Amino acid sequence: MKTTTKQKIAFAILFLCTVIVVLPVLFVLAVVIKNGWPAINWEFLTTMPRNNMKAGGIYPAIMGTIYLVSLSTLFSLPIGLFAAIYLNEYAEENMLTRLIRLAIVNLAGVSSVVYGLFGLVMFVTFLKFGVSILSGALTLAIMNLPVIITASVEALASVPYSFREVSRSLGASRWQTIRHSVLPFAIPGILTGAILSLARAAGETAPILFTVAAFYLPNLPHSVFDQAMALPYHLYIISTQIPGIPQQMRYATALVLVGIVFSMNIFAVIIRSKFRKKKKW
Amino acid sequence: MAKILTKNLNLWYGTFQALINVNMAVQEKRITAIIGPSGCGKSTLLRVFNRMNDLIEGVRTKGKVEIDNQNILEGDFSELVQLRKKVGMVFQRPNPFPLSIYENIIFGLKVHHLAKKEEFDRIVERALESVLLWDDLKDKLHSNALRLSLEQRQRLCIARAIAVAPDIVLMDEPCSALDPQSTARIEELMRELKKDYTIIIVTHNMQQAARVSDDTGFMLLGELVEFDNTDKIFTRPQDKRTEDYITGRYG
Repeated sequence: MKTTTKQKIAFAILFLCTVIVVLPVLFVLAVVIKNGWPAINWEFLTTMPRNNMKAGGIYPAIMGTIYLVSLSTLFSLPIGLFAAIYLNEYAEENMLTRLIRLAIVNLAGVSSVVYGLFGLVMFVTFLKFGVSILSGALTLAIMNLPVIITASVEALASVPYSFREVSRSLGASRWQTIRHSVLPFAIPGILTGAILSLARAAGETAPILFTVAAFYLPNLPHSVFDQAMALPYHLYIISTQIPGIPQQMRYATALVLVGIVFSMNIFAVIIRSKFRKKKKW
Repeated sequence: MAKILTKNLNLWYGTFQALINVNMAVQEKRITAIIGPSGCGKSTLLRVFNRMNDLIEGVRTKGKVEIDNQNILEGDFSELVQLRKKVGMVFQRPNPFPLSIYENIIFGLKVHHLAKKEEFDRIVERALESVLLWDDLKDKLHSNALRLSLEQRQRLCIARAIAVAPDIVLMDEPCSALDPQSTARIEELMRELKKDYTIIIVTHNMQQAARVSDDTGFMLLGELVEFDNTDKIFTRPQDKRTEDYITGRYG
């Protein structure tokens, strides 16, 4: 067979694989949008559920998800960032740091329901936070830590060594160097990782199942010690637990969830592309 | 009196000895070149003078290095900061931060809290003037330093180093990324700068050492084989190895 023919066949196979990857995503989006879009209106987004959730809106679930995601970021971003700075800038390469790195990689692979159980034992029962926004947010934060740490370490490592070298040669301390010559150039990469992990936190059901999620609440939560409704769990309930819910409402809820996650991802992509344009060293 | 004096200086990277019994005296307000083949220890020696080798794990030194009669190898963090203020460094690749020209120059000032904000403008102007960039750049001080040509970037890096008013400027192959015309202009600048600063330059370009320096040291396998007036080194070297290197028999 001629080399060019072989090449054409190889390209065709590669292209086919790519299409297979993209198709399900498009298909899911098409189904969700087609079935959900007609039910989306202002009332659906801003009112409480009514009539045993068969009517009304999903406002408390949207708000619950926003509370959970913001509070979990408040915990996970600083801790993850500082851990990454320590690992990349300070830690010596020894048995202990290798173990820590290994643990982080493995934590990223742990299934989310395990985090849910951990949250139940640790925050709900042992620390007596109860089934609450605080417990749920902490559980999500722990789930997100490995992702944030990994992304931050990579962002820090991509800042050229020469920046650190110059800074030190000018008399800056290690911390001054990190603060002024490394972090500013790593921030976009760190943000990208953080936003992607937020998107994951918004979409997960298992970690919030035992730690915060409520079946139905007549009011919005008043403090972090209250339970809250959340979009993924709400979707699960109206899809499986309550008979007679209009099909459209389920898809509309799914569409809102997908929309939130999608817009976060797109935001991350924009930040990253801006960063790439600026990064010329 | 010597500005920098090394006494039986030895340095190891782990078990590898990179400097062996180096004894040399660098004179004030002259240009001292250190030449030698790759891996001879010339950059390592240069980086002893501002203790940049401290950044590398497993480095040990023995012996003394005195700058203005003070041993710089001892001393805590605050003395290290003072040392690096006194001894500036210019690197092989022009490496300005991806910040504005202005921010690049005031970086060291901010680190050392040397000047008040009102004085920054004047210091930036003076630093850029002394590297002959002021006329070209005075209208774009706040544009990104990465937009400059390689030669301008290297001049900016020199300006950044001298903005904190050091006594000594170390240059680690400062022209190896530049074309011949730029190299000639940077060399011209170095001759200008030696009126105010003691300059040590590491180079593997022998012609450059011959053109620009007053004194030259030749290093081989961690030893300082010969150190003398540049004229003498290049016309009447005392050591056979120096002669072999200069006449191009190796390196």
